[in-house]
Amino acid sequence: MAKKDIMTINMGPQHPSTHGVLQLILELDGETVVKATPHIGFLHRGVEKLSENRSYHRALPLTDRLDYLAPMSNNLGYVLAVEKLLGITDLIPERAKVVRVMMAELTRIKSHLVWLATHALDIGAMTVFLYCFREREAIMDMYEKLSGARMTSNYFRVGGLSLDLPEGFEKDVRSFIDAMPGHIETYEGLLTGNKIWQKRTIGVAKIDADAAIDIGLTGPALRASGVDWDLRRDNPYSGYEEYEFQVVTRQNGDTFDRYKARLDEMRESCKIIRQALDKLQPGPILADAPAVCLPPKEKVVNSIEGLIHQFKIITEGFKPEPGEIYQGVEAPKGELGYYLVSDGSANPYRMKIRPPSFVNLQALPQMVEGALLADVIAAIGTLDIVLGEIDR
Amino acid sequence: MPEMLSLSNDPILFVTVMLAKILAVFIVVILIVAYATYAERKIIGRMQTRLGPTMTGPLGLLQPIADGLKLFFKEDIIPAQASKFAFVLAPMMILVPAFITIAVVPFGGNVVVGGYTVPLQIADLNVGILYILAMAGLGVYGIVLAGWASNNKYSLLGGVRSAAQMISYELAAGLSIISVFMLSETLSLRGIVEAQAGGITDWYIFSQPLAFCLFVITSLAEVNRTPFDLPEAETELVSGFCTEYSSMKYALFFMAEYANMVVISAVTATLFLGGPAGPFPGAINLLLKIFFFMFVFIWIRATFPRVKYNQLMYMGWKIFLPLALLNIVITGAVVVF
Repeated sequence: MAKKDIMTINMGPQHPSTHGVLQLILELDGETVVKATPHIGFLHRGVEKLSENRSYHRALPLTDRLDYLAPMSNNLGYVLAVEKLLGITDLIPERAKVVRVMMAELTRIKSHLVWLATHALDIGAMTVFLYCFREREAIMDMYEKLSGARMTSNYFRVGGLSLDLPEGFEKDVRSFIDAMPGHIETYEGLLTGNKIWQKRTIGVAKIDADAAIDIGLTGPALRASGVDWDLRRDNPYSGYEEYEFQVVTRQNGDTFDRYKARLDEMRESCKIIRQALDKLQPGPILADAPAVCLPPKEKVVNSIEGLIHQFKIITEGFKPEPGEIYQGVEAPKGELGYYLVSDGSANPYRMKIRPPSFVNLQALPQMVEGALLADVIAAIGTLDIVLGEIDR
Repeated sequence: MPEMLSLSNDPILFVTVMLAKILAVFIVVILIVAYATYAERKIIGRMQTRLGPTMTGPLGLLQPIADGLKLFFKEDIIPAQASKFAFVLAPMMILVPAFITIAVVPFGGNVVVGGYTVPLQIADLNVGILYILAMAGLGVYGIVLAGWASNNKYSLLGGVRSAAQMISYELAAGLSIISVFMLSETLSLRGIVEAQAGGITDWYIFSQPLAFCLFVITSLAEVNRTPFDLPEAETELVSGFCTEYSSMKYALFFMAEYANMVVISAVTATLFLGGPAGPFPGAINLLLKIFFFMFVFIWIRATFPRVKYNQLMYMGWKIFLPLALLNIVITGAVVVF
């Protein structure tokens, strides 16, 4: 019997569709994938280890760089985890909570926009790419107004927010969410009914509910397989229990359903943002926890007590009681978890991050086995991975 | 009216006029090719809420020249493991057939030069259509050769894809043309144009709408344009067959793609839209028709995703081929009865 010839192809880390520096070793029989082996680690920066040598405040900017498409979601998970460790969760002022929810949902839209843009581009629809980036640009501008940075926002603080909302910000957000559902219609108009798009996505890279749970899929990928699980509703944080929203689930678990699920999630996010805007009342933005939160700037420059207060927190940080906690949040890509261990010092003894992309990527080999090369591209796109948080 | 003499009675004038025609057509095609890249970037840019090129010259009009110059001065890299002869040959193999196909496309009626009749067409072959199909078939060798000679797995996949794609689609394209010359009873493109000369209702697009649709779609696949740009498929195969090419060799592939678009548009206009017929002087009508098809190709690129390899094969063999055959049967029945 003649030996079947298998071609091994090295896809990535330099490849336009591996969304960063993912390397896939593909074993191909013609164009059919026999085996796919993801290799990761090209973007490893040692975020977990680095944070062991930094105080809690100073570890926060590192979290921006995990999932760099959704920095505020990472910030949110981290500050919630530290607040839980300190036991000051109940002290967070209402305004800070509402702004956190609003920004987390804007971040979800932002992340989903990049997903849709690149996913569509991978499949060949280049116009959607630019439309999505146009809307993303609006969110970037809001980020910049709010925190001064377009991507690495570093805006939330342990105990609240770093700054109050700038003037006119609420109006910007409102006009954005007024326009956004129309934009989503435009994307759907270009893709959903398109026969080629349907042929490329329906039934492609299918994963059923049991397999999804076995792997540990979370986020839209899990919900598109028919599992009704969303931390915002099932384990609420930052006041999510006060908002009305639908957890979007779909039944087939294929690329098309994941696409629809994410689009519907964007619509739901718009609703949450609208409710958050309505809730927003003037008030303090930092918790009344002097050992953790920096004093207001006027006190620092006008009084010696304020200056010393700020100096102490900046140089020494704060020291939580020894203990360990886990805090998960529903990031755009799935469950983002922070596991923190404190030994009573000012630095975390250990910070373990559970990045959703890392776990979701495990689904890739079984999604693409027996599929065509073109489906591999669709599968990578539909999983919505970001190498920044996979490699950490 | 006295009988007009054919030019071949005067060898010197014959050669002069021939050279003039070749030069004119070549320059026009080259210009269209260069400015098709500009038009594509501008049009797609507008469709995608961008501006397209604006910086080189007024409205960015010098962009194609800047691009050409840039590519010309780039280092020409031939991979160490590549098969050198085939690697160098491939870009020529793809560009030459693309250009010489235009030779049989008539761009006007007859004009009289010094008492001789000069047909506005480079060569009126009596097997014009077969010649077009043959040249289109030749182009694929360039792509396959490029894919194979690069010694790169992505390029190889691109080359293999392209070979399979061309074979499947050439059949359907060829069969859809058959119904046209069943009606015109000639293979010469000039003859086909004359058969449609009776006015806009005589154009074959109206008597052969199915053949027209089939031909346009299959020719999209033949020139590797979206949604059938699988041999390149930059997000899958990293540009496929031309991954390893750089400098002018890459520019040749690029030119060939656009030259193919121009040729296919010209052929479609000739076969189905009466060629140079229309309200303006001949060549202008033909150019307008070419621009129209080019615009449609660009528009499609801005709109559609890419199909998958197996779907492409399915469409070619199980949808377009039977439809083309059906069209021939219907046309035959109409012609006979």
